Amino acid sequence: MIEVKNVYKSFDGVEVLKNVSARFEPGKVNLIIGRSGSGKTVLLKSIVGLHEVDKGEIIYDGRSFTNMSEKDRKQIRKEIGMLFQGSALFDSKTVEENVRFPLDVFSDLSVAEKKERTNFCLKRVNLENANNLYPSELSGGMQKRVAIARAISLNPKYLFCDEPNSGLDPKTAIVIDELIYEITKEYNMTTIINTHDMNSVMGIGEKIIFISEGQKVWEGSNNEILISDNKQLNDFIYASKFLKQVREGFLKKGI
Amino acid sequence: MTFLFHTGRYFLFLKKVFDKPVKLNIFFKQIIDEIDDLGVGSLGIVAIISVFIGAVITLQTAYNIELPIIPKYTVGVAARDTILLEFSSTIVSLILAGKVGSHIASEIGTMRVTEQIDALDVMGINSASYLVLPKVVAMVFINPFLVMISMGIGIFGGWAAGAFTGVVPSAEYIYGIQYAFIPFYIVYSLIKSVVFGFLIATISGYWGYYTTGGSLEVGRCSTRAVVVSSIQILLFNLILTQLLLA
Ligand SMILES: Nc1ncnc2c1ncn2[C@@H]1O[C@H](COP(=O)(O)OP(=O)(O)O)[C@@H](O)[C@H]1O
Ligand SMILES: [Mg+2]
Repeated sequence: MIEVKNVYKSFDGVEVLKNVSARFEPGKVNLIIGRSGSGKTVLLKSIVGLHEVDKGEIIYDGRSFTNMSEKDRKQIRKEIGMLFQGSALFDSKTVEENVRFPLDVFSDLSVAEKKERTNFCLKRVNLENANNLYPSELSGGMQKRVAIARAISLNPKYLFCDEPNSGLDPKTAIVIDELIYEITKEYNMTTIINTHDMNSVMGIGEKIIFISEGQKVWEGSNNEILISDNKQLNDFIYASKFLKQVREGFLKKGI
Repeated sequence: MTFLFHTGRYFLFLKKVFDKPVKLNIFFKQIIDEIDDLGVGSLGIVAIISVFIGAVITLQTAYNIELPIIPKYTVGVAARDTILLEFSSTIVSLILAGKVGSHIASEIGTMRVTEQIDALDVMGINSASYLVLPKVVAMVFINPFLVMISMGIGIFGGWAAGAFTGVVPSAEYIYGIQYAFIPFYIVYSLIKSVVFGFLIATISGYWGYYTTGGSLEVGRCSTRAVVVSSIQILLFNLILTQLLLA
């Protein structure tokens, strides 16, 4: 479980996160949702230590990441896999080298064992026969898969995904969502996903945190989200007229 | 103010860069790749520039000597000393600041704006050290070789220009380049080249590493890298000349 306690973060005097607290549960797909610019990426990067928080605490299964030495943090970092918004594959390395990279740096496996693990991860994301391609030769969806394979190569306990289906067509987006969902269940990971995509919210949102202008406004599950009467949340979800009408129809039927 | 900010952050950056590599075998492989990329990849431009400048120095010196009593071999002496003292170390390093510096800054800058550096940091890798240290080692190692090669080719270019135009006869030039030769001039140039190699790699790495924004900023930071490393090369040229030759 990852706990975020009363976290504040500002850049050049502008407060981006204001007193955010949340718990992210193991074996579940936890979502952070909100509009563009609401602070989702800053929150996720604060949790993994890419940003230092100004106030508050981040706790990984009882271990206070915030108050830890850089040396101890390295231990936790080995348990973290992260998928960045633009995939962030190393463009001078092939697909295989990208996925093998964490193994090269952190494991003492033999060449054959690393190869086996790399192929296993690539197979897990349904990407075979692409080992020797470079990231620039792949479609957006394939890049995401490689990035997922790289993120899981060291068998992480925690998986972070920043808008995993941004820039993908709706069908590919769902495939990536389901892949992350399955992997989370298979390895009982604590997964946190940033998204503003309602398909993801309804499809895989077991635990949802809604943030607006850097504050947590609502939390719940995908079963609760449609019937919530939180105004800010409704403004976010029912952004289109069409969806508003759907909701009214919904409520009339008395569900 | 910004000058102080960048100077301070540059030294903190250096402290990050000079960290123990995670795995030595990966580090050595990176160094070899960088030597190939930054050093061997620059051989062509260094050779072309050296042969032409050597030729021009020789011809200009020859045409500027009007008194018939000055022997022709002095052209060889002048060309040699210009090439050994200034041209091969400083001018070649300035050109490398343009070629290698912009390459380093845009490569690292692109990695920054596409979150590849974040990806390294999340894994617990010291990204500054991982990305920049191999380039620093490679440049410090390879720059003296490039400078020596430039010296040889430059002096050859001078000979070729003098001999083929008939302005400086071959025998006179060859006598000239050996006349009153001071070996320390080579040492002096090699010391400079080590310092310049260090400046190019660290300054360009710095500007690339702290890029923020998108592709426009990557372009901007690589221009900054070239300008700042060129100025620093000129400044350190002055300082080292005073220290080593005074
Ligand atoms: N490194 C930074 N420096 C300054 N401001 C930043 C930085 N990162 C994010 N911000 C600001 O923080 C706010 C939230 O950004 P972000 O977390 O990226 O939003 P999103 O919810 O779309 O992921 C934005 O207003 C953005 O401009
Ligand atoms: Mg974002």
